[in-house]
Amino acid sequence: MEFIRNFPFFSIMLCMFCAIICSVLRRKAAQYFTLAVLFTVMILSGALLYNTYNDGGSFVYYMGHFPAPWGNEIRGGCLEAIFALFISTVAFLSVLAGGKAIEYDIEDKKENLFFILVCLMTSSLLAMCYTNDLFTGYVFIEINTIAGCGLIMVRQLGKSIVTAVRYMVISMLGSGLFLIGVTLLYTLTGHLLMSNIQESVKELISTGDYGMQLTIVIGLMTVGLAIKAGLFPFHLWIPDAYGQSNVISSSLLSSTVSKGYIFLLIKIYFRTLGLEAIEKSGVLNVCFALGIVAMIMGSVLALNEKSFRRMIAFSSIAQIGYIFMGIGIGTKEAVTAAIFHIFAHGLTKSLLFISSSEFTEGSHSKSIDDLKSLGYKYRYSALCYSIGAFSIVGFPLLGGFISKLLLGGAAIGHGPMQWIALLALAVSTILNAVYFLRTVVYLFIPKEHLEDSNKSATLGDHDRDAEHVENNETEKSEKLLLLPGMHCPRYVIGITALVLLNFLLGLCSGPIIDIIEQGLEVFE
Amino acid sequence: MKSQKMKKGKPGIRNTVSQNATGILPGKLEGRLQSVYRIVAAVMIVLMFVLLATAMLGMPEIGDKNNPDNNEVARRYIENGLDETGAVNIVSGMILDYRAFDTFGESCVLFVATICVTIMLRIDGRGGAGDDEETESSKKAFGIRESAFAKLDNRNYEPENDTILRKSALIVFPIIMVFGVYVILNGHISPGGGFSGGAILGAGFVLFLSAFGFNKTERFMNANTVRIITLVALLVYCLSKCYSFFTGANHLESGIPLGTPGAILSSGLILVLNICVGMVVACTMYSFYALVRRGRI
Repeated sequence: MEFIRNFPFFSIMLCMFCAIICSVLRRKAAQYFTLAVLFTVMILSGALLYNTYNDGGSFVYYMGHFPAPWGNEIRGGCLEAIFALFISTVAFLSVLAGGKAIEYDIEDKKENLFFILVCLMTSSLLAMCYTNDLFTGYVFIEINTIAGCGLIMVRQLGKSIVTAVRYMVISMLGSGLFLIGVTLLYTLTGHLLMSNIQESVKELISTGDYGMQLTIVIGLMTVGLAIKAGLFPFHLWIPDAYGQSNVISSSLLSSTVSKGYIFLLIKIYFRTLGLEAIEKSGVLNVCFALGIVAMIMGSVLALNEKSFRRMIAFSSIAQIGYIFMGIGIGTKEAVTAAIFHIFAHGLTKSLLFISSSEFTEGSHSKSIDDLKSLGYKYRYSALCYSIGAFSIVGFPLLGGFISKLLLGGAAIGHGPMQWIALLALAVSTILNAVYFLRTVVYLFIPKEHLEDSNKSATLGDHDRDAEHVENNETEKSEKLLLLPGMHCPRYVIGITALVLLNFLLGLCSGPIIDIIEQGLEVFE
Repeated sequence: MKSQKMKKGKPGIRNTVSQNATGILPGKLEGRLQSVYRIVAAVMIVLMFVLLATAMLGMPEIGDKNNPDNNEVARRYIENGLDETGAVNIVSGMILDYRAFDTFGESCVLFVATICVTIMLRIDGRGGAGDDEETESSKKAFGIRESAFAKLDNRNYEPENDTILRKSALIVFPIIMVFGVYVILNGHISPGGGFSGGAILGAGFVLFLSAFGFNKTERFMNANTVRIITLVALLVYCLSKCYSFFTGANHLESGIPLGTPGAILSSGLILVLNICVGMVVACTMYSFYALVRRGRI
């Protein structure tokens, strides 16, 4: 066996190992060790991607001395490899860029605990991505949930603890439903291994037994994972969870954690249960409908939001809607588009959360009105934020444009579905543009203009505004003292890399789409 | 520096106030919506129950020999389990050898849960974001009185010098310890194993702590020993599993003798893994109790 096939196993275990070591390291050492491990995982995933793409196939890897239905096994193909590359890249860049900012959010002695959580979360995401066994998937979902809870809670404000508890309760509901689904499926098929389940399900469908039970299983798994991914009617935990947590946590939670669940769902749909069973149950239509509603409602909620970071969080709901819409259409092109959107949104959302951290003072969310003309003070961050906002809205040259194009193209030719999908895409894009470009415009309002408008205000308002401006001034001067770390080279390198990756997705989308398509082909 | 930090804390607190639910609707309507919400929730629960119950009624009957889950997987575990893993206790062989990756995941669940609890309960000195104002707000959030916060490190809530407790603990503690070690070491031969044995050991430590207090317990169990034991156990676990996964996947001989089935020194790595899991669980139980009692291990 080629040595390179060990790489998925190496990357999962390296992260676990790093987590264990971090428990005795001091804060700085833990951070650098985590960075080194994440970088290594990135390289390993990149090498695996190169290899599997040239190979064109997929392979299974025994975890232990026993072959698959008895022992555990993981599977690698180019779709898994590119997803692992995405996860490790986002995690590495988030820790690189946000590493300084979190020092203000986390107690000194607990910083190494935070990096344990980051490592365990990355490793569980990698395991969820590579797994070929439903129960292994469930175990790592559990790790992911608890680690996510810790990531929110680590700020230790009263509010973030409340948020973490809410996140935990809702997420546990999701994993509970998923577990019931796995149990029922095991009773029906007698297997936990994905490829064996697919055979048994095919048999069940051909004999027509247990039709209702299969539908219920599909429903339970879908709802369970949709709750954890934050699809529209189950989105209530999102705004607080992303808005209340620190820079690294919000970037990781929004761009990798929810995507890991979606990837697992795609794996269950197209690899475990098979397209036939899925189409028979009609669950794709539900995904499509909920996706459409999420696209619109997420944008409307974001439009109404006053707090800046919560607004970015609400836009995640809309973006998850896009992904579910793509899955719901169900053709190969649509799923390719959905996976591409996972990458585009992940890279953009982490860019937005991290670059906005400078003008929102780390994790302390600000009202959108307070952003006025901050772009001149924090030029580079504001520039990067604007590029991220353009990407989400879907400007050409950037990743968001390509994914919307792909989604629109995949929708065409599906009867009444296409009109709904295209209309929703258009409306959602316009709403996106309204609320994201509003923040960009606010950031770059010239200062003189702001002062003029203050002077011309009426007398009653004048006092308040003057006070306001004064407060702003003092706050700003404090900020320079408070956040000396924000301008360090690693922050600049991190967000620059995220911007470049966004351009890469926009400009070199061809090879990436190729990889995804090839990966989907060997999926079944 | 401190005053600056306090000012920096402000936006966070200001922020925590203004986030209640919708806030758009007038109070009366919201109240009515609440009751509608409750009714809908109840209906949903009943519907869900009926749905799952009907699904269960149509499932394959429990214990039927033609059931799909009665297949080659279970057969091999039962028939070849002893030869292939060397463990008389098939369950141990299954979770620690056949499906060891899942179990490794499960122990990581325990690890990550410990970390979360530690983050929440451990009271460190000042510094970082734990500046006065923020702890103030978390105190308010939990309704903890300041005096209780300050005096966690004592035995206010426990009986002091309780003779009955001390005398009986003196008798019971050694028995519990021996039993815990027995359960761990015999995990591959009889029912039991690392998780259950570790829980017994942990309970023993907790009993000792409540009977004799922190001063005496710290002679053998303190933050440092807990940290070192946990680290060593997890590392041994992780590395030995890595070794067996790597050799297994690359079709190499693992070179670990399985021994005679039924002996204590048998079944290869399972014994080692059981000991590691047992130590981690015992330390976890003890440190949870200590964290709740006084905010540090």
